[in-house]
Amino acid sequence: MNCAECEVLLHALLDGELDAGHARDVEAHVAQCSACAEKLRAFRAMRGAMAAANLKEAAPASLRSRIEAALPSPAPRVANPLKVARPSRRTFFGGFAAGAALSAAAAASMFLAVVRNDQEQTIADEVVSAHIRSLQAGHLTDVETSDQHTVKPWFDGKVDVAPPVVDLTAEGFTLLGGRLDYIGGAPVASVVYRRRKHIINLFVARRLGSEHASVTASTVQGYNVRHWSDQGLDFWGVSDLDGEELGEFVQKVSTALHPDRPS
Amino acid sequence: MAGYADGEHDNARRFRDAALPYLDDVFTLARYLMRNAADAEDAVQECYLRALRHFDTYRGPAMKPWLLTILRNVCNAEFARRGKREVASDCGAEKEADEIPLWQEPQVSPETMLLRQHNDDTIRRLVAGLPQQFREVIVLREVNELSYQEIAQVSGVPVGTVMSRLARARAMLRSAWNVAEGAAS
Repeated sequence: MNCAECEVLLHALLDGELDAGHARDVEAHVAQCSACAEKLRAFRAMRGAMAAANLKEAAPASLRSRIEAALPSPAPRVANPLKVARPSRRTFFGGFAAGAALSAAAAASMFLAVVRNDQEQTIADEVVSAHIRSLQAGHLTDVETSDQHTVKPWFDGKVDVAPPVVDLTAEGFTLLGGRLDYIGGAPVASVVYRRRKHIINLFVARRLGSEHASVTASTVQGYNVRHWSDQGLDFWGVSDLDGEELGEFVQKVSTALHPDRPS
Repeated sequence: MAGYADGEHDNARRFRDAALPYLDDVFTLARYLMRNAADAEDAVQECYLRALRHFDTYRGPAMKPWLLTILRNVCNAEFARRGKREVASDCGAEKEADEIPLWQEPQVSPETMLLRQHNDDTIRRLVAGLPQQFREVIVLREVNELSYQEIAQVSGVPVGTVMSRLARARAMLRSAWNVAEGAAS
């Protein structure tokens, strides 16, 4: 890797967007190039300072009221975190004047990606294979700790996502650690939990298709599988736990991902 | 409220639950793109009206980047209407970018930079001083916390372009930062 490539890729490294191979390349280059090492240090410091600053602007209350007033139903409902947006085919908002022809529809179609059922089944099979492999090989965790603040940064730069790591010990699911796995030829993060004697692998990858608002349950080779997506990530929970307890696990994880929402 | 069927209330409720939590995110991007609060508010309101109108065809994936995409379109439409130069046109912004020195050697060490107290206003001002497409990528990444893939969707460019823009944006920001540091010390 040369310095020009490194100058671009080091940002992806800092942002946790780099795959494992490129992350190693950047680290190897930085180890023997003091100029790039200096840049990496400087940008890491800058990014830290920006993260510490509050750069988000709160929308004025008057604006919020104006937008709320435009909605026909005044009573907000308690949201189920897994049922975010289930689009309806019905158009109800005929009341607004048609503005400039907009590209929201174009934008929506740009995002349109459909995970076909057979594709989903293939991934489910791979996820279960990865789960079984992790139990057989004596290689359950790469980083072994019950501290969520150790597990999360460990994934930094190893996979192209920053998987949320939640501590559910109090809920009866002990965090064992994290592992790098390969599914569909791409590195994915696995966060490993234990419930009594049962291991749960929670695989987290960049979303592979359209957002699944609801949880898909399946059973593959006797293992229970739950698939859902949230915040642009795909989650696959696999375990020999019974369906009900795995469902409870999924519920706890998604509740923890939305601490601001009532469960 | 009369005149809306139950299903329509249901749809509105779903829209409210899905879209309103991102109001601050949308407003923040509007604030950085439009530069003044009144224009930003108008853009956000228009964004939500459009989003609502198209909510029945919304198929995901994620609500936040979808809303930010619409907001960005609203802002660009407004720039085009005004005929201002501040349109997210690649060639224009590139030219603008070239006028700013891309790289300056740091006058202070990164450690000092980190340790020194920066108030939020200073950082906001530095971000606001970036040319539009670089300001946009920085805000989407550092403030809205989108992934590269999501930024690519919002800005309508390939992920590779997101990466190179972000690298340039941070380099410009670092230069400006160092200048600000130099002036402050």
